[in-house]
Amino acid sequence: MNDSNVTECPASPALKLKKRSRDPVLTQRLAFAFLFVSTLLIIVPVGLIIVIIVQKGLPGITWQFLSDIPRQGMRSGGIFPAILGTIYLVSGAIVFALPIGLLSAVYLSEYARGNFLTRLIKLAIVNLAGVPSVVYGLFGLALFVTFFKFGASILSGALTLGIMILPIIITASLEALESVPHSFREASRSLGASRWQTIRYVVLPNAISGIITGTILGLGRAAGETAPILFTVAAFYLPQLPGSIFDQVMALPYHLYVISTQVPNVDEKIRYGTALVLLAMVLFMNLAAVVIRCRFRKKKKW
Amino acid sequence: MDNPAILVKSLDLWYGDFKALKGINASFRGKMITSIIGPSGCGKSTLLRVFNRMNDLAEGVRTSGEIIINGADILRRDADLVALRKRVGMVFQRPNPFPLSIYENIVFGARIHLEAKKKDLDYLVEQSLRSVLLWDELKDRLGRSALGLSLEQKQRLCIARLLAVKPEILLMDEPCSALDPQATQRIEELMRELKRDYTIVIVTHNMQQAARISDETGFILMGELVEFGRTETIFTKPSDRRTEDYITGRYG
Repeated sequence: MNDSNVTECPASPALKLKKRSRDPVLTQRLAFAFLFVSTLLIIVPVGLIIVIIVQKGLPGITWQFLSDIPRQGMRSGGIFPAILGTIYLVSGAIVFALPIGLLSAVYLSEYARGNFLTRLIKLAIVNLAGVPSVVYGLFGLALFVTFFKFGASILSGALTLGIMILPIIITASLEALESVPHSFREASRSLGASRWQTIRYVVLPNAISGIITGTILGLGRAAGETAPILFTVAAFYLPQLPGSIFDQVMALPYHLYVISTQVPNVDEKIRYGTALVLLAMVLFMNLAAVVIRCRFRKKKKW
Repeated sequence: MDNPAILVKSLDLWYGDFKALKGINASFRGKMITSIIGPSGCGKSTLLRVFNRMNDLAEGVRTSGEIIINGADILRRDADLVALRKRVGMVFQRPNPFPLSIYENIVFGARIHLEAKKKDLDYLVEQSLRSVLLWDELKDRLGRSALGLSLEQKQRLCIARLLAVKPEILLMDEPCSALDPQATQRIEELMRELKRDYTIVIVTHNMQQAARISDETGFILMGELVEFGRTETIFTKPSDRRTEDYITGRYG
């Protein structure tokens, strides 16, 4: 039976084989156009944000702006304490979150059996990722600031941020570990390597790029969040540098919020300059993550 | 029969509720090639992987019975798995070199087990590569990634990596199934070389291969060792009807 017979064949009176009215070539083009435009739209907000922030912020960026303390109620001077504060907080968060995140990812990927406890842990991680950041802030206030009596301090803020980025680090590390082919583990174990030696010499070296990438993305997230540091560390106005981890600091996202909404008559250059510095820090970290991923991807070929 | 390399006594193995091996009794002789043949899913790879406890990596595996290697029951809970796997090594179906250099692949085992000096490692690499007839081909590019080798070279490298650990028994799980006929032939030649120094147990779905290279053959069907004996006997006058049906190609 060939195609021309199909339409003539009176199979049943109810069955009408009409030619489709829509031209498949046309619908295909339309579908393609829609999909393409939707995808293109993703670039627009990113591009606009960058363009506007750079355009308005760049005139405010001077060496003095980057290196000086805020002066005259933050209406002039620089943002150095806030930059430094953010760097401290991000570093502190990573010192806390990377070891715990990585070790628990290794446990989940290499040791844990598929039992109730493992499922519970994975569920907890998913939920941890879904908690709104302001809730982390409140949690940090209750636990670190009040209960452990760390006060509003770099330590409290860094720990709070660390907990917030834990799920990002765990999830990324877990994914990286699980993407290492099972055959490598098998080969290593069959040569008499213990489970830990296999992890140390085979699994981790092959997963390290994914782990680093995930960690950097977590850092970017930590650098940009305002809510978790709001109650735990961020100082409204503190034109001096911290002396210890029990001091408060200024931080870029909170400083931006303050000079944009709480202090009247702040020059636009300062506001957008601050936003530009924060944006540049986060974008730089994301860029680093991309570069590392590309570098490692070239090397591995399995 | 004098002192077998592997002695299996009434071995049962379960994956969860599924009984994959049923009452296996067999004796694998040293410095010989023994083939295990049988249709897919019959349990032949499972049997092979018990010999160096690679089944432990899967969840829900239980065994009963005994497997005596070097005078000790390797199925005991307190068996020294590191020592066992050094003694009994495995070559896999897909060549699985590490994404490291050729040199680093071979010294992997030594680095884990020994405190070796650079000079000793160099010697080890040369010896191991010579044993698998790769030395002349690769001696000038030991620092290159092993992933750039051909499939056959990779499989030879995996064998060399294994020999570097100084095993006594080589388990080969369909080692040629990813290779073309010429490469297969050359690996088979290598196996004939190796049996002078090593005991080899090979699982193969290729009956001609079993007939060509092995001294003894075992036929497994649905987890049962149906027949085990000299390869000629198995292939010319099998005593069990099921063996005859399989080797004449009535199923499998």
